Amino acid sequence: MTYVLDQAHIEGIEEILQDYLPESGIHSVLLIDMAGNIIAEHESEGTSHDIPALAALSAANFGAVNAMAQIVGEQEFSILFNKGEKENIHYSRVMEDFLLVCVFDNEVSLGLLRLKVAKAIGKIAEILAS
Amino acid sequence: MAFINLKKKEVQVKIVYYGPGRGGKTTNLEYIFKKLSRRIKTEMVAIKTHGDRTLFFDFFPFEMGKIKGYDIKIQLYTVPGQVKYNATRKLVLRGVDGVVFVGDSAVVRKEKTLLSLENLKENLATYNKDIFELPLVLQYNKRDLAEQGIPILPVETLDQELNSELKAPAFEASAVVGTGVIETFKKVTAMTIISLENELR
Repeated sequence: MTYVLDQAHIEGIEEILQDYLPESGIHSVLLIDMAGNIIAEHESEGTSHDIPALAALSAANFGAVNAMAQIVGEQEFSILFNKGEKENIHYSRVMEDFLLVCVFDNEVSLGLLRLKVAKAIGKIAEILAS
Repeated sequence: MAFINLKKKEVQVKIVYYGPGRGGKTTNLEYIFKKLSRRIKTEMVAIKTHGDRTLFFDFFPFEMGKIKGYDIKIQLYTVPGQVKYNATRKLVLRGVDGVVFVGDSAVVRKEKTLLSLENLKENLATYNKDIFELPLVLQYNKRDLAEQGIPILPVETLDQELNSELKAPAFEASAVVGTGVIETFKKVTAMTIISLENELR
Protein backbone atom coordinates (compact mmCIF):
# COMPACT_ATOMS: atom_id res chain seq x y z
CA MET A 1 0.00 0.00 0.00
CA THR A 2 1.44 3.31 -1.07
CA TYR A 3 0.08 6.55 0.28
CA VAL A 4 0.55 10.12 -0.85
CA LEU A 5 0.35 13.29 1.23
CA ASP A 6 0.22 16.62 -0.56
CA GLN A 7 1.74 19.93 0.45
CA ALA A 8 -1.35 21.08 2.38
CA HIS A 9 -1.49 17.85 4.43
CA ILE A 10 2.20 17.96 5.26
CA GLU A 11 2.16 21.65 6.12
CA GLY A 12 -0.89 21.13 8.31
CA ILE A 13 0.89 18.36 10.21
CA GLU A 14 4.10 20.38 10.50
CA GLU A 15 2.13 23.30 11.89
CA ILE A 16 0.59 21.07 14.55
CA LEU A 17 3.97 19.73 15.56
CA GLN A 18 5.32 23.28 15.74
CA ASP A 19 2.28 24.76 17.52
CA TYR A 20 1.68 22.10 20.09
CA LEU A 21 5.13 20.97 20.89
CA PRO A 22 7.64 23.82 20.98
CA GLU A 23 7.51 23.73 24.79
CA SER A 24 10.96 24.14 26.31
CA GLY A 25 12.26 20.73 27.19
CA ILE A 26 10.79 19.03 24.10
CA HIS A 27 13.66 18.44 21.72
CA SER A 28 12.32 16.37 18.84
CA VAL A 29 8.89 15.39 17.62
CA LEU A 30 8.34 13.19 14.64
CA LEU A 31 5.38 11.65 12.93
CA ILE A 32 6.27 8.36 11.28
CA ASP A 33 4.42 5.41 9.83
CA MET A 34 4.70 1.86 11.11
CA ALA A 35 7.08 0.98 8.26
CA GLY A 36 9.51 3.55 9.72
CA ASN A 37 9.00 6.23 7.04
CA ILE A 38 9.24 9.82 8.26
CA ILE A 39 6.22 11.99 7.49
CA ALA A 40 7.10 15.15 9.41
CA GLU A 41 9.68 16.14 11.97
CA HIS A 42 10.44 19.12 14.14
CA GLU A 43 13.54 19.62 16.25
CA SER A 44 14.37 22.38 18.69
CA GLU A 45 17.40 24.55 18.00
CA GLY A 46 20.66 22.85 18.75
CA THR A 47 19.19 19.33 18.54
CA SER A 48 20.28 17.02 15.77
CA HIS A 49 19.36 13.42 16.40
CA ASP A 50 19.76 10.69 13.81
CA ILE A 51 16.12 10.93 12.76
CA PRO A 52 16.00 8.05 10.20
CA ALA A 53 17.47 5.65 12.79
CA LEU A 54 15.16 6.98 15.49
CA ALA A 55 12.18 6.45 13.17
CA ALA A 56 13.19 2.90 12.18
CA LEU A 57 13.85 1.89 15.77
CA SER A 58 10.68 3.56 17.10
CA ALA A 59 8.46 1.77 14.60
CA ALA A 60 10.14 -1.56 15.41
CA ASN A 61 10.03 -0.95 19.16
CA PHE A 62 6.36 0.01 19.08
CA GLY A 63 5.59 -3.06 16.98
CA ALA A 64 7.54 -5.29 19.37
CA VAL A 65 5.79 -3.94 22.46
CA ASN A 66 2.39 -4.42 20.86
CA ALA A 67 3.26 -7.98 19.91
CA MET A 68 4.17 -8.51 23.58
CA ALA A 69 0.82 -7.00 24.64
CA GLN A 70 -0.99 -9.54 22.51
CA ILE A 71 0.99 -12.40 24.03
CA VAL A 72 -0.26 -11.44 27.50
CA GLY A 73 -3.82 -10.94 26.26
CA GLU A 74 -3.90 -7.16 25.79
CA GLN A 75 -4.94 -5.44 22.58
CA GLU A 76 -2.09 -2.97 22.98
CA PHE A 77 -0.19 -1.10 25.70
CA SER A 78 -1.54 2.41 25.43
CA ILE A 79 1.42 4.16 27.07
CA LEU A 80 4.89 3.58 25.74
CA PHE A 81 7.50 5.65 27.43
CA ASN A 82 11.28 5.35 27.85
CA LYS A 83 12.70 7.11 30.89
CA GLY A 84 16.34 8.16 30.89
CA GLU A 85 18.48 10.16 33.28
CA LYS A 86 18.15 13.33 31.20
CA GLU A 87 16.21 12.45 28.05
CA ASN A 88 12.95 10.54 27.67
CA ILE A 89 10.95 9.28 24.72
CA HIS A 90 7.17 9.04 24.48
CA TYR A 91 5.36 7.13 21.72
CA SER A 92 1.69 7.38 20.77
CA ARG A 93 -0.16 5.65 18.02
CA VAL A 94 -2.07 7.90 15.61
CA MET A 95 -4.89 5.99 13.88
CA GLU A 96 -3.88 2.52 12.74
CA ASP A 97 -0.68 3.11 10.89
CA PHE A 98 1.11 6.12 12.33
CA LEU A 99 3.17 6.95 15.37
CA LEU A 100 4.01 10.23 17.10
CA VAL A 101 7.42 10.14 18.78
CA CYS A 102 8.47 12.81 21.27
CA VAL A 103 11.93 13.28 22.76
CA PHE A 104 11.92 15.48 25.87
CA ASP A 105 13.92 16.20 29.00
CA ASN A 106 12.96 16.27 32.68
CA GLU A 107 11.75 19.89 32.58
CA VAL A 108 8.51 18.64 31.05
CA SER A 109 6.19 16.56 33.19
CA LEU A 110 4.91 13.38 31.63
CA GLY A 111 1.34 14.47 32.43
CA LEU A 112 1.67 17.75 30.55
CA LEU A 113 3.36 16.02 27.65
CA ARG A 114 0.60 13.42 27.39
CA LEU A 115 -2.01 16.16 27.40
CA LYS A 116 -0.28 18.01 24.57
CA VAL A 117 0.31 14.82 22.61
CA ALA A 118 -3.34 13.81 22.92
CA LYS A 119 -4.45 17.17 21.50
CA ALA A 120 -1.91 16.99 18.69
CA ILE A 121 -2.96 13.46 17.80
CA GLY A 122 -6.61 14.51 17.47
CA LYS A 123 -5.67 17.23 15.00
CA ILE A 124 -3.20 15.09 13.05
CA ALA A 125 -5.79 12.32 12.74
CA GLU A 126 -8.25 14.85 11.27
CA ILE A 127 -5.72 15.79 8.60
CA LEU A 128 -4.70 12.20 7.81
CA ALA A 129 -8.33 11.09 7.62
CA SER A 130 -9.11 13.85 5.11
CA MET B 1 4.09 1.02 2.51
CA ALA B 2 5.87 3.55 0.40
CA PHE B 3 5.28 7.15 1.36
CA ILE B 4 5.19 9.96 -1.18
CA ASN B 5 5.72 13.45 0.20
CA LEU B 6 4.48 15.92 -2.42
CA LYS B 7 5.72 18.90 -0.42
CA LYS B 8 9.34 17.74 -0.36
CA LYS B 9 8.95 15.87 -3.67
CA GLU B 10 10.31 12.81 -1.95
CA VAL B 11 9.55 9.08 -2.07
CA GLN B 12 10.42 6.77 0.83
CA VAL B 13 10.52 3.02 0.26
CA LYS B 14 11.47 0.06 2.42
CA ILE B 15 13.55 -2.84 1.14
CA VAL B 16 14.14 -5.90 3.29
CA TYR B 17 16.88 -8.53 2.97
CA TYR B 18 15.37 -11.87 3.97
CA GLY B 19 16.81 -15.37 4.18
CA PRO B 20 18.12 -18.16 6.40
CA GLY B 21 20.42 -17.53 9.37
CA ARG B 22 24.08 -17.04 8.53
CA GLY B 23 23.16 -16.68 4.86
CA GLY B 24 24.83 -13.29 4.37
CA LYS B 25 22.06 -10.68 4.73
CA THR B 26 24.03 -8.49 7.11
CA THR B 27 27.15 -8.98 4.98
CA ASN B 28 25.21 -7.65 1.96
CA LEU B 29 24.21 -4.52 3.87
CA GLU B 30 27.70 -4.03 5.27
CA TYR B 31 29.16 -4.21 1.78
CA ILE B 32 26.65 -1.71 0.36
CA PHE B 33 27.26 0.59 3.32
CA LYS B 34 31.03 0.42 2.81
CA LYS B 35 30.87 0.93 -0.94
CA LEU B 36 28.32 3.73 -0.94
CA SER B 37 29.19 5.36 2.37
CA ARG B 38 29.71 8.81 0.87
CA ARG B 39 26.03 8.82 -0.05
CA ILE B 40 24.88 7.68 3.39
CA LYS B 41 24.70 10.37 6.00
CA THR B 42 24.23 8.23 9.08
CA GLU B 43 25.68 5.21 10.80
CA MET B 44 24.38 1.71 10.20
CA VAL B 45 22.10 0.54 13.00
CA ALA B 46 22.69 -3.09 14.00
CA ILE B 47 20.78 -4.82 16.78
CA LYS B 48 22.84 -7.90 17.50
CA THR B 49 23.14 -10.62 20.12
CA HIS B 50 26.36 -11.03 22.09
CA GLY B 51 27.31 -13.75 19.63
CA ASP B 52 27.19 -11.17 16.81
CA ARG B 53 24.03 -12.61 15.25
CA THR B 54 21.27 -10.26 14.12
CA LEU B 55 18.70 -10.09 16.91
CA PHE B 56 16.19 -7.67 15.35
CA PHE B 57 17.49 -5.94 12.22
CA ASP B 58 20.27 -3.94 10.59
CA PHE B 59 19.25 -0.66 9.05
CA PHE B 60 20.48 2.34 7.12
CA PRO B 61 18.81 4.89 4.86
CA PHE B 62 20.18 5.46 1.37
CA GLU B 63 19.49 8.42 -0.91
CA MET B 64 19.34 7.21 -4.47
CA GLY B 65 19.07 10.59 -6.17
CA LYS B 66 16.24 12.00 -8.26
CA ILE B 67 13.82 10.17 -10.52
CA LYS B 68 11.33 12.32 -12.42
CA GLY B 69 12.02 15.19 -10.04
CA TYR B 70 11.46 13.13 -6.89
CA ASP B 71 14.18 12.35 -4.33
CA ILE B 72 14.19 8.60 -3.76
CA LYS B 73 15.01 7.58 -0.21
CA ILE B 74 15.50 3.89 0.38
CA GLN B 75 15.45 2.30 3.80
CA LEU B 76 17.39 -0.94 3.86
CA TYR B 77 16.68 -3.57 6.51
CA THR B 78 17.74 -7.12 7.24
CA VAL B 79 15.76 -9.57 9.35
CA PRO B 80 17.13 -12.05 11.89
CA GLY B 81 17.47 -15.35 10.02
CA GLN B 82 17.30 -17.75 12.94
CA VAL B 83 14.06 -19.73 12.97
CA LYS B 84 13.20 -18.76 16.57
CA TYR B 85 13.00 -15.04 15.75
CA ASN B 86 9.93 -15.20 13.55
CA ALA B 87 7.99 -12.64 15.59
CA THR B 88 10.66 -10.02 14.96
CA ARG B 89 11.01 -11.00 11.28
CA LYS B 90 7.33 -10.35 10.87
CA LEU B 91 7.66 -6.90 12.47
CA VAL B 92 10.47 -5.88 10.11
CA LEU B 93 8.37 -6.90 7.10
CA ARG B 94 5.61 -4.46 8.00
CA GLY B 95 5.21 -1.97 5.17
CA VAL B 96 7.85 -3.64 2.96
CA ASP B 97 8.01 -2.47 -0.66
CA GLY B 98 10.69 -4.79 -2.04
CA VAL B 99 12.51 -7.94 -0.91
CA VAL B 100 15.89 -9.52 -1.58
CA PHE B 101 15.91 -13.17 -0.65
CA VAL B 102 19.48 -14.18 0.20
CA GLY B 103 19.77 -17.94 -0.24
CA ASP B 104 22.73 -20.03 0.84
CA SER B 105 24.37 -22.00 -1.99
CA ALA B 106 25.96 -24.60 0.31
CA VAL B 107 24.52 -28.07 -0.24
CA VAL B 108 24.13 -28.57 3.51
CA ARG B 109 22.08 -25.36 3.85
CA LYS B 110 19.52 -26.21 1.17
CA GLU B 111 16.74 -27.20 3.58
CA LYS B 112 17.19 -24.06 5.66
CA THR B 113 17.04 -21.89 2.54
CA LEU B 114 13.85 -23.57 1.31
CA LEU B 115 12.22 -23.23 4.73
CA SER B 116 13.13 -19.57 4.92
CA LEU B 117 11.56 -18.85 1.53
CA GLU B 118 8.41 -20.64 2.65
CA ASN B 119 8.48 -18.56 5.85
CA LEU B 120 8.77 -15.37 3.78
CA LYS B 121 5.65 -16.35 1.82
CA GLU B 122 3.73 -17.02 5.04
CA ASN B 123 4.83 -13.83 6.76
CA LEU B 124 3.98 -11.70 3.73
CA ALA B 125 0.56 -13.32 3.65
CA THR B 126 -0.12 -12.08 7.20
CA TYR B 127 0.12 -8.55 5.76
CA ASN B 128 -2.04 -9.56 2.77
CA LYS B 129 0.97 -9.38 0.48
CA ASP B 130 1.55 -11.91 -2.25
CA ILE B 131 5.14 -12.99 -2.88
CA PHE B 132 4.30 -13.25 -6.59
CA GLU B 133 3.31 -9.60 -6.75
CA LEU B 134 5.90 -7.98 -4.52
CA PRO B 135 9.17 -6.83 -6.17
CA LEU B 136 11.50 -9.72 -5.33
CA VAL B 137 15.09 -10.53 -6.24
CA LEU B 138 16.80 -13.81 -5.38
CA GLN B 139 20.46 -13.94 -4.53
CA TYR B 140 22.38 -17.23 -4.55
CA ASN B 141 25.04 -16.30 -2.07
CA LYS B 142 28.30 -17.92 -1.02
CA ARG B 143 29.35 -19.05 -4.50
CA ASP B 144 32.95 -18.63 -3.24
CA LEU B 145 32.57 -21.67 -0.95
CA ALA B 146 33.43 -23.93 -3.89
CA GLU B 147 36.97 -22.54 -3.88
CA GLN B 148 37.34 -23.81 -0.32
CA GLY B 149 36.19 -27.27 -1.36
CA ILE B 150 32.76 -26.94 0.26
CA PRO B 151 30.07 -28.47 -1.98
CA ILE B 152 27.63 -25.91 -3.40
CA LEU B 153 24.46 -26.37 -5.38
CA PRO B 154 24.63 -25.61 -9.12
CA VAL B 155 22.70 -22.50 -10.15
CA GLU B 156 20.33 -24.70 -12.19
CA THR B 157 19.38 -26.61 -9.02
CA LEU B 158 18.83 -23.40 -7.05
CA ASP B 159 16.72 -22.04 -9.92
CA GLN B 160 14.72 -25.24 -9.95
CA GLU B 161 14.24 -25.45 -6.17
CA LEU B 162 13.66 -21.78 -5.35
CA ASN B 163 12.69 -20.00 -8.50
CA SER B 164 10.74 -22.37 -10.76
CA GLU B 165 7.44 -20.76 -9.77
CA LEU B 166 8.56 -17.33 -8.66
CA LYS B 167 10.58 -16.61 -11.80
CA ALA B 168 12.24 -13.68 -10.06
CA PRO B 169 15.53 -12.18 -11.25
CA ALA B 170 18.35 -14.15 -9.60
CA PHE B 171 21.98 -13.25 -9.04
CA GLU B 172 24.98 -15.30 -8.02
CA ALA B 173 26.92 -13.63 -5.24
CA SER B 174 29.74 -13.81 -2.74
CA ALA B 175 28.71 -11.11 -0.33
CA VAL B 176 31.86 -11.49 1.71
CA VAL B 177 33.95 -10.21 -1.22
CA GLY B 178 31.15 -8.12 -2.74
CA THR B 179 30.51 -10.10 -5.95
CA GLY B 180 26.89 -9.66 -7.05
CA VAL B 181 25.93 -7.47 -4.09
CA ILE B 182 25.56 -4.16 -5.91
CA GLU B 183 23.88 -5.86 -8.90
CA THR B 184 21.28 -7.38 -6.56
CA PHE B 185 20.73 -4.04 -4.83
CA LYS B 186 20.36 -2.15 -8.11
CA LYS B 187 17.86 -4.68 -9.42
CA VAL B 188 15.64 -4.64 -6.35
CA THR B 189 15.59 -0.83 -6.16
CA ALA B 190 14.75 -0.55 -9.87
CA MET B 191 11.95 -3.11 -9.53
CA THR B 192 10.57 -1.40 -6.43
CA ILE B 193 10.48 2.02 -8.09
CA ILE B 194 8.85 0.61 -11.24
CA SER B 195 6.25 -1.19 -9.16
CA LEU B 196 5.52 2.06 -7.32
CA GLU B 197 5.11 3.91 -10.60
CA ASN B 198 2.70 1.25 -11.86
CA GLU B 199 0.73 1.38 -8.65
CA LEU B 200 0.30 5.15 -8.93
CA ARG B 201 -0.62 5.12 -12.60
